[in-house]
Amino acid sequence: MEPKDGGRVTLAEILAGVIVAALNAYVLLAGADFGGGVWDLFARGPRARAQRELVVQAIGPVWEANHVWLILALVLLFTCFPPVFAQLSIRLHIPFALALIGIVLRGSAFAFRSYGGQRDEVQQRWGGVFAGASIVTPLLLGMAVGAVAAGAVGEGGTGKGEGFVTLYVLPWVSPFAISVGVFALVCFAFLAAVYLTLETTDRALQEDFRRRGLVAGVAVMVTGIVALALSRGGAEAVQRGLLGAPWSLPLHVLTGAAAVGALVGLWRRQWRWARIAAAGEVSLILWGWALGQYPYLIPPDFTIEGSAAPLITLGLAMGAIVLGGAVLFPSLYYLFHVFKGRASEV
Amino acid sequence: MFPPMPDLLAARSQMGVSLGFHILFAIVGMGMPVLMVLAERRWLATGDEIYHELAQRWGKGTAILFAVGAVSGTVLSFELGLLWPGFMRLAGAVIGMPFSLEGFAFFTEAIFLGIYLYGWGRISRRAHLFAGVLVAVSGALSGIFVVIANAWMNTPTGFEVVGGVITHVDPIAAMANPAAFAQTLHMLLAAYAATGLAVAGIHAYMLLRDSTNAFHRRALSIALLVGGPAAVLQPISGDLAARQVARYQPAKLAAMEAVFETERGAPLVLGGWPDLDARTTRYAIRIPYGLSLLAYHDPHAEIRGLDAIPRDQWPNVPAVHWSFQFMVALGTYMAVVVLWAGWVLRSRGRREGGRVLAENRRLMWALVVATPMGFLATEAGWMTTELGRQPWVIYGILRTRDAVTPMPGLIVPFVAFTLLYCFLGVIVAWLLYRQIVRSPTVPEQLWRVVRTGEWSRKTGDA
Ligand code: HDD
Ligand code: HEM
Ligand code: HEM
Repeated sequence: MEPKDGGRVTLAEILAGVIVAALNAYVLLAGADFGGGVWDLFARGPRARAQRELVVQAIGPVWEANHVWLILALVLLFTCFPPVFAQLSIRLHIPFALALIGIVLRGSAFAFRSYGGQRDEVQQRWGGVFAGASIVTPLLLGMAVGAVAAGAVGEGGTGKGEGFVTLYVLPWVSPFAISVGVFALVCFAFLAAVYLTLETTDRALQEDFRRRGLVAGVAVMVTGIVALALSRGGAEAVQRGLLGAPWSLPLHVLTGAAAVGALVGLWRRQWRWARIAAAGEVSLILWGWALGQYPYLIPPDFTIEGSAAPLITLGLAMGAIVLGGAVLFPSLYYLFHVFKGRASEV
Repeated sequence: MFPPMPDLLAARSQMGVSLGFHILFAIVGMGMPVLMVLAERRWLATGDEIYHELAQRWGKGTAILFAVGAVSGTVLSFELGLLWPGFMRLAGAVIGMPFSLEGFAFFTEAIFLGIYLYGWGRISRRAHLFAGVLVAVSGALSGIFVVIANAWMNTPTGFEVVGGVITHVDPIAAMANPAAFAQTLHMLLAAYAATGLAVAGIHAYMLLRDSTNAFHRRALSIALLVGGPAAVLQPISGDLAARQVARYQPAKLAAMEAVFETERGAPLVLGGWPDLDARTTRYAIRIPYGLSLLAYHDPHAEIRGLDAIPRDQWPNVPAVHWSFQFMVALGTYMAVVVLWAGWVLRSRGRREGGRVLAENRRLMWALVVATPMGFLATEAGWMTTELGRQPWVIYGILRTRDAVTPMPGLIVPFVAFTLLYCFLGVIVAWLLYRQIVRSPTVPEQLWRVVRTGEWSRKTGDA
């Protein structure tokens, strides 16, 4: 189907937008929880223990809620765009299954560590599992996104051909897909470091995470450029969208400004500024990807309109989103108000 | 190369293992918040610190189970597509609705669970209790929505099939399918009965060692308050479910009851060995007219037997029959034990009742025996429902074999996830065991001192 130029926005498009928004929330919130795991692994120096404890304390009350954004995106996807869900599930079975093992181990390890034994070696063992899974999972989810962006999981994509490896492995292990995976991981670590400066009032700990945030922020830029360069050979459609569309220049300027702003904020110890800019930077990148592949959900052949469920289903889903949102947002506000309002206000 | 396990079988096994694992935690996720809220409410009403301690300790154990429930549920959401893309492609638009609503219920649950578990002392007592109530309500709603989706698989409505394509989709009609009410009611009661009696059994065991322990007496009374009524109502709601099955899923009913011949005034078949080739059930006890009576409340009603079903559409008759009988047997025992406890309690006050119960050693043993039964009955019930639907994933519409993913080598994820779940199961069991063993054993007079000491240590950590 052709994208409608200048036409009205359809219900299917709005719902696709809601799914991207849910993914955006997942990246900003759960992504930072994953990033916390990265810093758990890299906890170093005299304050290593304090760093780990800060991570645990920061994500304890919220990680389950943050995690539900992924589930929401998933159920909306299979309600509103069933063929897309089926196609992704078939072609990306392996990275999804591996990511699931990571999700299971990470969540359970976190709970076991928090509620299990207080002995040091027990803590350490689960801490290791938690950190390891926090690294592997974003990597795999990023690779899956890379495979989609590259057009390698569509029916007419590069995944065409025969054989197990061609169909189920090659799409997500291309250099481009791997670069997206690394990029996602680095972004998550960056977000976590920036957020963690606001989770404590301890100057020394803030400095620790400031340094980590600066390093990660530069790494985001470097890996981002590498991914963009690889997209030349790997994800032409998205690249064309990203570079050629009328909105692409303002988007790039904004993203760049946010990236610089986050680093400057960290440098000048304006933690709140840094947090806003970092979140803005990562969100813009995600929306850049989504807009870049519009009107496709899976390039080159699953469009938004072409794979949408019947209108009645879409309408009801929209109704559920409005009603659910009316309950959800005040509740979320309350959760973050109770647990995240404190440290930064002191 | 001959695969060691056909892909379809591997996918079915993986789905069964994943669901069978998740349901254990889902039950706790629905039941425990109710117990915790009741304990906390009694604390607020009476000022008795033991109830406070109880709510907090239950909360600690539940936190672990919740985390495992959430991650195993996530696996399931993906597995619907990873294993059954053909099913989701066809059904997503029809039954996505309850899943989407479930998504929001999960959200509410996870948010208020975080507030409940980590919010002690951070928010007002009333707000804390209310957070607990919301966890309980949204937990029940999650269960209800997902079972509605399953009920649709059993009795699909709300669409038409024209030339192999689903059209005229009506998601509301799909949610209002004939099995929805009976199944959700039965599942909800199962969760409360299973959790309540499991907790009651554990504390009954502790009371057998020390019947004066005030902590365990109070715990027992709350657990019975939740589990008791549910366990008594369960056979009644099961009857409702059975009549629904008789009307809309004749193949499942025939397999459940091991009925080979269509007949009027059919007997109820208890136990026995369904012999598929001889088309009869050997060594069974038969209660004349029993089945017709139960299924249609009419001793002469006609029951369709397996002879009315093409052979290639039979489910696995012995597995379904035994699962069903196992559930009913366990359910009968649970209801009887609860009625016994009710008899022992006849018109006693709360304090007095706690003592009378705790000192009745035979009743305590009977409760200990019932500890795992609700969970076992639930697993058996789900085996009945799911195996009884085979070979269909959507009854009469889509066969399981046409829904499975084309990706070969499914034995690998099956083995991987099974090992993962075994590993988690062992650890969870061990952590819970430690949690229970460490329960307080001090006499009532010393109680306050101990508790205050522990409280200051806890807050010192934070
Ligand atoms: C505590 C757990 C428990 C107990 C004591 C019982 N059940 Fe049950 N039963 C379940 C837990 C359960 C379940 C696991 O929750 C199922 C699986 C699917 C469902 O909706 O509920 C179920 C399914 C189920 C079904 C199949 C519904 C379907 O496939 O659509 C029937 C006919 C019954 N039950 C009947 C009974 C009867 C007559 C019982 C008498 C004692 C009984 N159950 C006790
Ligand atoms: C949590 C309790 C449940 C248990 C223990 C359970 C158990 C099982 C088992 C054993 C199978 C394999 C059956 C076979 O192929 O022989 C299965 C299949 C399946 N179940 Fe369930 N089930 C549960 C609830 C649900 C719910 C609520 C849904 C709804 C959405 C669901 C959806 C499916 C699907 C899609 C399949 C695969 C297709 C099929 O084999 O029919 N199950 N389940
Ligand atoms: C009869 C079957 C089922 C019941 C009664 C049930 C109920 C529940 C409940 C009460 C919870 C929250 C408690 C906890 O986290 O431990 C939960 C979690 C979850 N369930 Fe199930 N469930 C069932 C089957 C399924 C199926 C078939 C799916 C997937 C399609 C699923 C997906 C999930 C997810 C994603 C979560 C995690 C939510 C979160 O992150 O908080 N469940 N389930």
